[in-house]
Order: sequence, then C-alpha cells, then structure tokens
Amino acid sequence: MFEIFGIPSQALFGQLLIGLINGSFYAVLSLGLAVIFGMLNIINFSHGAQYMMGAFCAFFLLHYAGLNYWAALVLAPIAVGFTGILVERAFLQWLYKLDHLYGLLLTFGLALIIEGVFRNYFGASGLPYAVPESLQGGINLGFMFLPIYRAWVIGFSLVVCLATWFIIERTRLGGYLRAATENPTLVRSFGINVPRMITLTYGFGVGLAALAGVMAAPIYNVSPQMGADLIIVVFAVVVIGGMGSIMGAIVTGFGLGIIEGLTKVFFPEASNTVIFVIMAIVLLIRPAGLFGRAA
Amino acid sequence: MDSVDPKLAVGEQPRSYAVPIAFVIMLALLLLAPFVTYPLIVMQALCFALFACAFNLLIGYVGLLSFGHALYFGWASYVCAHLAKVGTIALPYWAGSWQWLTIPLPPLPPELAILGGTAVAAIFGLIAGSLAIRRQGIYFAMITLALAQMMYFFALQAPFTHGEDGIQAVPRGRLFGVFDLSNPSVLYVAVLGIFLLGFLLIYRIIHSPFGEVLKAIRENEARAISLGYKTDRYKLVAFVLSAALAGLAGSTKAIVFQLASLTDVHWAMSGEVILMTLVGGLGTIFGPVAGAFVIIAMQNYFSALDQWVTVIQGIIFVACVLLFRRGLVGELAALLRIKL
Repeated sequence: MFEIFGIPSQALFGQLLIGLINGSFYAVLSLGLAVIFGMLNIINFSHGAQYMMGAFCAFFLLHYAGLNYWAALVLAPIAVGFTGILVERAFLQWLYKLDHLYGLLLTFGLALIIEGVFRNYFGASGLPYAVPESLQGGINLGFMFLPIYRAWVIGFSLVVCLATWFIIERTRLGGYLRAATENPTLVRSFGINVPRMITLTYGFGVGLAALAGVMAAPIYNVSPQMGADLIIVVFAVVVIGGMGSIMGAIVTGFGLGIIEGLTKVFFPEASNTVIFVIMAIVLLIRPAGLFGRAA
Repeated sequence: MDSVDPKLAVGEQPRSYAVPIAFVIMLALLLLAPFVTYPLIVMQALCFALFACAFNLLIGYVGLLSFGHALYFGWASYVCAHLAKVGTIALPYWAGSWQWLTIPLPPLPPELAILGGTAVAAIFGLIAGSLAIRRQGIYFAMITLALAQMMYFFALQAPFTHGEDGIQAVPRGRLFGVFDLSNPSVLYVAVLGIFLLGFLLIYRIIHSPFGEVLKAIRENEARAISLGYKTDRYKLVAFVLSAALAGLAGSTKAIVFQLASLTDVHWAMSGEVILMTLVGGLGTIFGPVAGAFVIIAMQNYFSALDQWVTVIQGIIFVACVLLFRRGLVGELAALLRIKL
C-alpha cells in the first residue's frame, strides 16, 4: 500500500480500472455508432436499447437454452444484429432521401418501444448474470487486485475495436465501404450491391452494440434501463471525438472512461458531469471534435 | 431543413382567414374544456402546449432539432418553485475557497417567480445555444441532449432542488397581489392567459421580418449567409427565445401543480415534447397545441396501461416519421389546402 496525492493506491487504481471498463463500453458503442453513421448517415438512437438486448440475449441463452457466456458472445451479436437488419429493411430504408433528423427520431421511437416492452416483462430491477467460471477470480498485482473478468473485458474490447479499424481502413471490403460512403452511385456502377452493403453495415453496428451488452452482463445487472442513460454519455463521447474517424471513437472512448474514473477519485461530485463539461470545452476550441474533419 | 414540409412553406397564397378562424375555434374549445373534463388536465395540457410551441419555434421555423428542451422547462420550474416557496438565493463564488453569497429574499409572488424562472431559462438558453449552434443537424441535437443531461445531474445534486423529492407544496399565491390563484377558475384563466400570451408572441415572431430570416435559414442557410445575414446570430436569438418560452411554460407548470420534480428535467421530457410537436405537425402554428392535447389526453386516459404507454408513444413516433410526417394539423391543412 502506498499513497498518491493523498489517495490510497488501491482506491486510485480501482477507479482507474472502473474507468477503463466504462471506457471499453464507450469505445465499442461509439464505434458502432460511427460505423452506422458512416454508411447510413443515421444517428442510431436505439443503440442503447440494442446494447440492452445483447445483455438480455445472453441472459436468455443461459437460462432457457443452457448456453454459456462463450456461446452468448458469438450468438447474441448475430441474433441482435439480425433484428437490426430487419429494422433497416422495414423502417430505415425509407428515410435515406429525407433529412437525417428523421432517422434520429425514428430510432428514438424504436428505443422507446424496445425498452418499454422489456420493462413490462422484466420490471425495472435488474437480473443477475454470473461471471463465467473460467474468468472468475483475480490476480494480485501488488498495488491492486485485478479481477480476471474485468481484464478480459478491457483486452477483448481493444481487440474488437482494432479488428474493426483494420477491416474498415485496411481491407478491400472496407475500401468498398468507404468508397460507397463517398459516392454510392459510382460504387454501384462497378457492380457492387450498395443497398445490401448498407443493410449489412447496420446489422454489424447493431451487433457491436449487442457484443458490448454481453460483455456488460456479468458486470452490471441485466436491466431494461441499462442502455438508456449510457447512450447519452456515448453521444457526448462521439461529439468530443468527432464522428469522422474510427480511431477517434476508440481513443476518445477509452480516454474519457479513464478521465471519468480519475474524477471519481479526486472530485466525486463531478464524476457524472465531467464528460459533458469536457464536451463543452472541446466544442469551444474545436467545434469539429478532436479527431473530426472540419465541417 | 429542406424536408420538413416544403409543400406548406412555398407559395404565396391570397390572404386567407384560416388562421384567425382556427384561432377563434381553439379559443372557444379552450374556454369550454374545463366544463367537459378535469380543469387540472386542461391546465397541464396548456403548459405542455406552450412548451411544444416554444420547441416548434426552433424545429419548425429554423430547422434546428433541440433534443434538450427539458433543461429550460425543468430548470425554470425549479427556479420558479424555489422563488415562490423560499425566496432566498445563495450563489457560490470563488474567493480563495468557495463561499456562498446569500441574497435574502422573501418568498416572491407568483408573477415574479414565473418571471425569475423564465429569465434563468433564457440565460441557460444563451449559454447552451452559443455552444450548440457551432455544429449543425444531428450534432446540434446530440450537443443539446448532452448539455441537458449534464444539467439533469446538477439538478439531482444541487441542495435547493431536494433531489428525488423535488420542491413540493409550492404556494400559488396571489397574482399581482389581487387574483387568488388557489381558486381553480381564477387559476385556469391565468394559465390560459399565459398560454395565449406565449402563443401570440410566437405567432408575432414568425410573421415578423426576423421570422422571415429564420425561415430563409431553414430553407437554405448558405444562401442566407450570402445575402449578408449573420445566421449564427439569428439562430442564437431564436434559441434564446425558444428556451425562455419553454421556461415560461415550466414556471407556470410549477405554480399549477405546486411541484417541481426531476421528471421535468430528464431527457425523456425532451423526447416527449418532440413527440407532441411531431404528432401535431412540425412547422404549423396550431400543430404543437393539438399534439400536446392529444398526448396529455392519452397519458391521462390510458394511465391504467402503465408501462405500455411508453410503447404506444414509441409506436406513434415511428408511425409519424414513416407515414404522416406533416402531423395531424399539417395533414388537415394539406387536405383543406390552407395554411395553419
């Protein structure tokens, strides 16, 4: 045990760890938002609800199908991503010619429906989801105790983020995606099915939200409200990072999580608001966001 | 925003009496309403109608979607309730360490309390607006939402708001020292008067040269800039006006219900006012009023359905965006080929 600025190291690193965990969720969620925004030009307000659906999906798989965490990690994003594809085909595809704000409003309505239905069946209180057996326990690092599951969440989200970045920025498929974002008509004339690509992109973004939900299930209670307030913080993260870049979503997601954790140690009253305050300051200095291209 | 209702926006029409006639019908309905249903529900609907009209001033006439209007509505209601009940103001200031500057005020009469709430909403509107108008479209919506959520957490932690309990048992007092607001009919007339004041002010704003510039910005901001208008300044003034009028609605609600609580600052309230405006018709003068009455009636009469009300609201949201973007009043106006 030692102290840093009068704060016991245990508390400091504990909050830093919580910050990193939150940062992982911010990063994966804002990454999903960025991917969807890039292709569809829609701010996906139902992203929080879809994150919650991912957690519930893991809960269902465990309690009704007897499938463990690892199966949920694969199946939940696919299942929720598939509902995303249905949503895109049924609703979103009619909105592309309209102002972008209608996409925001429609997905907001969808979020109300999804969260309302879940609240009706599962109440407002949370349902527990146990940490998978192979990830239980922790390691004593000397200056702090590190639960293995939390280390796994941080490591795995980093891998997911970097893999997504790699696919979009460094592969041929990602090249098509970026080209279609710039000029869909031209890309289409090369024989690439752009509408299908848009549909699959939405499904992928929604799947990312669900993946974050599965990872969150053992840490937080699985509850209908888990996405509702988180999504607004993620919006602030997106504004700070700037929507233009995939890397921006990842770096600001993790960074702001850490800043939030540190605020909890040194100035706990401000921990709920620090990200919004940073957003206001960033807007004053760089309206396009830290990583955004100037509008 | 070019796609709100291009059909309604373009084309000069010969002078029509549609708006005055509709106004008289609305006034008659509002005077009859308390005899038909509970006056308190009508007053609640009137407060939300004014709130929705204030919100519509931004989305309908400037094309700015604010997703954080609960901030002005809710904080004005806190300030108004506090001024009417306690009075005394304590402001923190920095002098080496944090000190409190206490202004000992007696509990204020309702008109001054409402004015205080409105003024604070206008100040918040100035601060949030000058940050938010630096970005456009979806970003604007996200920034207003995030700032509103920040102020929600302040409201949760500030001592004077009493956290989860809210400010309860706010005295209604005597308006101008004469009219006793504890009398329900006097209160109804006062609330109707405040609503009409706000409504006519908004009507006047959008039919002034200033309002014409706002509409020009909505249709084509780049062109408005090239004509020499400092569009940011116009947008900011519109934002402050909208925030102040939302604050007027929130203050009035605090006096009517004798309560200021967290639900009015939460972002779900921002969503609700968007829903009201969307249902009634974006960019129509009477739309927000109709929308507010429909939604409040729905909430009161379907209250037995409990949580399903949220689901129904979500379905209405989706249906409005997909099927009738012009809203009730917008569709009616298109059917009758008039401007409402």
